[in-house]
Amino acid sequence: MSSNGISAHPFIPNTPSEREQMLATIGVENFDALITDIPEDHRNPGLDLPASASELEVAARMQALAAINQDAGSRPSFLGAGAYRHFIPSTVGAVLQRGEFVTSYTPYQPEGAQGTLQTGFEFQSAVAQIFGMEVANAGMYDGPTAFAEAGLMAARVSRRNRILILDSADRRLFEVADAYSRYQQVTVESIGLDKVLDGDIPDDAACIAFQSPNFLGEIEDARAISDAAHAAGALSVMHTYPIALGMFKAPGQCDVDIATSEGQPLGVPLTFGGAYVGLFTAKQRFIRQLPGRIIGETADTNGRTGYTLTLQTREQHIRRERATSNICTSTQLIGLMVAVYCATMGPSGLRKVAELSYHKAHYLADQINGLDGWDANPNGRVFFNEFVATGPVGPSEINRQLAERGIIGGLDIADVVPGGMLFCVTEMNSRHDIDRLVNALAEIGKGGAA
Amino acid sequence: MNAPSVSPNSSIADMQDRRLLMDRSVPGHHAVALPEPDVPVSDLPDADLLRDVGDLQLPEVDQLEVIRYFTLLSRLNFSIDTNFYPLGSCTMKYNPKLNDQMASLGGFANIHPLQDDVAVQGALEVMHELQKWLGEATGLPAVSLAPLAGAQGEYAGLLIARAALEARGESHRNVALIPDSAHGTNPASAAMAGLDVVVVKTDEFGNVDVEDLREKADDKTCVFMLTIPSTLGLFEPNIIEINQIIHDAGGLVYADGANLNALLGLVKLGDVGVDICHSNLHKTFSTPHGGGGPGAGPVMVTRRLASFLPDPVVVQARSSDAGPRGYRYRLYRPIESIGKINGFHGSFSILVRAYTYMQSLGGDGLRSVSENAVINANYIQAQLRDRFDLAVDRICMHETVLSGKRQADRGVPALNIAKRLLDYGIHAPTMYFPLIVPEALMVEPTETESKETLDRFISVMQAIDDEISSEPETVLNAPHSLPVSRLDEATAARRPVLRWQPDGD
Repeated sequence: MSSNGISAHPFIPNTPSEREQMLATIGVENFDALITDIPEDHRNPGLDLPASASELEVAARMQALAAINQDAGSRPSFLGAGAYRHFIPSTVGAVLQRGEFVTSYTPYQPEGAQGTLQTGFEFQSAVAQIFGMEVANAGMYDGPTAFAEAGLMAARVSRRNRILILDSADRRLFEVADAYSRYQQVTVESIGLDKVLDGDIPDDAACIAFQSPNFLGEIEDARAISDAAHAAGALSVMHTYPIALGMFKAPGQCDVDIATSEGQPLGVPLTFGGAYVGLFTAKQRFIRQLPGRIIGETADTNGRTGYTLTLQTREQHIRRERATSNICTSTQLIGLMVAVYCATMGPSGLRKVAELSYHKAHYLADQINGLDGWDANPNGRVFFNEFVATGPVGPSEINRQLAERGIIGGLDIADVVPGGMLFCVTEMNSRHDIDRLVNALAEIGKGGAA
Repeated sequence: MNAPSVSPNSSIADMQDRRLLMDRSVPGHHAVALPEPDVPVSDLPDADLLRDVGDLQLPEVDQLEVIRYFTLLSRLNFSIDTNFYPLGSCTMKYNPKLNDQMASLGGFANIHPLQDDVAVQGALEVMHELQKWLGEATGLPAVSLAPLAGAQGEYAGLLIARAALEARGESHRNVALIPDSAHGTNPASAAMAGLDVVVVKTDEFGNVDVEDLREKADDKTCVFMLTIPSTLGLFEPNIIEINQIIHDAGGLVYADGANLNALLGLVKLGDVGVDICHSNLHKTFSTPHGGGGPGAGPVMVTRRLASFLPDPVVVQARSSDAGPRGYRYRLYRPIESIGKINGFHGSFSILVRAYTYMQSLGGDGLRSVSENAVINANYIQAQLRDRFDLAVDRICMHETVLSGKRQADRGVPALNIAKRLLDYGIHAPTMYFPLIVPEALMVEPTETESKETLDRFISVMQAIDDEISSEPETVLNAPHSLPVSRLDEATAARRPVLRWQPDGD
């Protein structure tokens, strides 16, 4: 690839003559002399891959691939169920342009990483505030892994080994909790709300874990569930939706012990499910059992305020096989997006986004209930911005016909609720888009009934 | 907090307003305008479900304040974009800007993970192609991109090993053999996978002690976790024999691909007997570290283990209505899958970056990456070996592990050398790791650094070595020029302050 003294590639500056000089300094004849530890039969296998390509060519190919996708930025979408399209203020993208944040490593040298550390401290402060909880860690991989780690933490704290998850939670949460606890002498089981509220909780339950708003968008009675868990000597673990906490009671106000969430709704684009950040909060007295990175405030030798990773003796790089988790990231950059989002929205902005989502979702539910053969929120529960609806035509057919009209419909949950679709509405859905959806549902319903 | 007083001796660090956002908060300020409802307002639920207005204490600041604050904070960081960052085992190479640009394209950034496969064929093609490239680079052709970081890839790899052994009736195998030079995540992941850790010794040459391994490999062995190249920066010359020992004992070989940057096109892990590996895309494949994530840790396995991969993998499926190509991409759960280890399909925005990078390099460029990474590391080693001890006196791969023993004997431990480097605008190497090397300083220059940068680093290391003789206090009290001096980490841990508190609390 290299010729005429030009370096091999824009990302690899060494020229052929520099390589020669460096090999001479090392004291070897040629490059092959540096890799004699690799078994000779398997050395230099060759890579059956295309040749290098110019920036122009790569960009064109990637743009073409992106253009094939039917993105939710250019058509109305009513899909939620764990990933939400909310407004992202321009400040988030602007700060994300700072290479000093983007291209730094985990802040092991705090004197040279105060930007990352103070940002992380802002993240912990904002998350703890939104959740009404005493402490937050610096971030987990995503919501479901945060939830899974919360169950394991509850087992450590309670020294009990059954993680009971309310059956109204998203099945993804069960699955990830199962994958995380498979070999930890901990079981993951499902439990119904009635049993919990009746106090019919096994005495070896580590926690009652629940989701609110639950998978169907309904608000659970976090206070009653927590009280029932505590009466049985178990912890309460709540998985929530941070935007909902702009108007609904926070876990910390309901005596929840550990609360988690997907952080994506707070300023992070959908990006096909990742990278996101998991939010993890708890009561102060459990801090030494928390998984993940934690940033603390301290002072330097001149008495100036500074920030550092702290309580590291819980972590894998110190404690190895006795660590609270194997995680060694805080998904810091996505946490930065959350921190900038919270700073930009402030208390009134978060409340407004929550209320806009609530009102628009209820408008859609009301409109759907006005259609022949449709039923929205059939159980009549309090919901936030997602609700179940059933119609005269099956969900997969409805979604197919909505796609033809350029609309991304609700999630097909026929396997959970017969004939059910889960619609999600946020501040991003204009009344015009909602009315378009309702008109389309009316047409599709009539077609199906005919 | 009051404004700091300005004296003639104040540094810029003293004069910067670094107060937290809540301390800048002014009731009524706000940074963004939002629309009023365009739908009729619905009744709110019962008040006892609702949060009081005023209960939520978030900062109230104007938009300029937000931008100025975070821009100020960014300038307190070392980063690849601003500094040479030879942090061993972390592969702090240049993160090409095209990668970020492609990840932010609307067609990638605004797609929902639960959209119909038909609507996201471009995204699935990116994932399918990346699976192929990673399979080719490692010689382990069955790939899942699901793991969200290296530690998750490692955990997925161990779950796969356990599931595969259970499937052949050997669920009693519950031991992970791990070299004493391994990173802490290896034993932590093994513990999560319910495996007992048995440590294997490193011999005097920095290799796995083959006799110790032979003694410890038995019918309890589930998996041998091999970091390759090792954390000493060495390729394991006995790898074929080692892997044979494990296979003969009925176990599987898992390779920690943290250091894959040394191997591209030089050797394929699958060719030398490895069964399972993961790759940190944020290392070898140039996706940004972001101050500590997000990463991505795809897991690669032999065809024989493909059915155990985590959910999902992307497959090509024949389809009559799929246009001229005759197939579509779809998300697929392998039949004996270890299941879902995270919410959706992986760190997609990171996967887009890695695939963009790999296309920019191509097969020829990827080989050049590893060649130059190895040359650069050996160049530094050759130039510093007269001043600093080497952990092992051998040609290294992509990183060299120095020992600051001679400097410590003169009263200045490795920690202080690391801190003094910060004063020179160079990020510290990884310190005190691997644990088996006293006063370790692990230096990984990467292939994206020029010879001029390496020469400067070498001269700075020599200058610090001189300072240790001539003015040791300067080194012992470093850093001197940073936004903060040494921080009191003991107090931070003893009396944890983990969030903003109002003054006086």
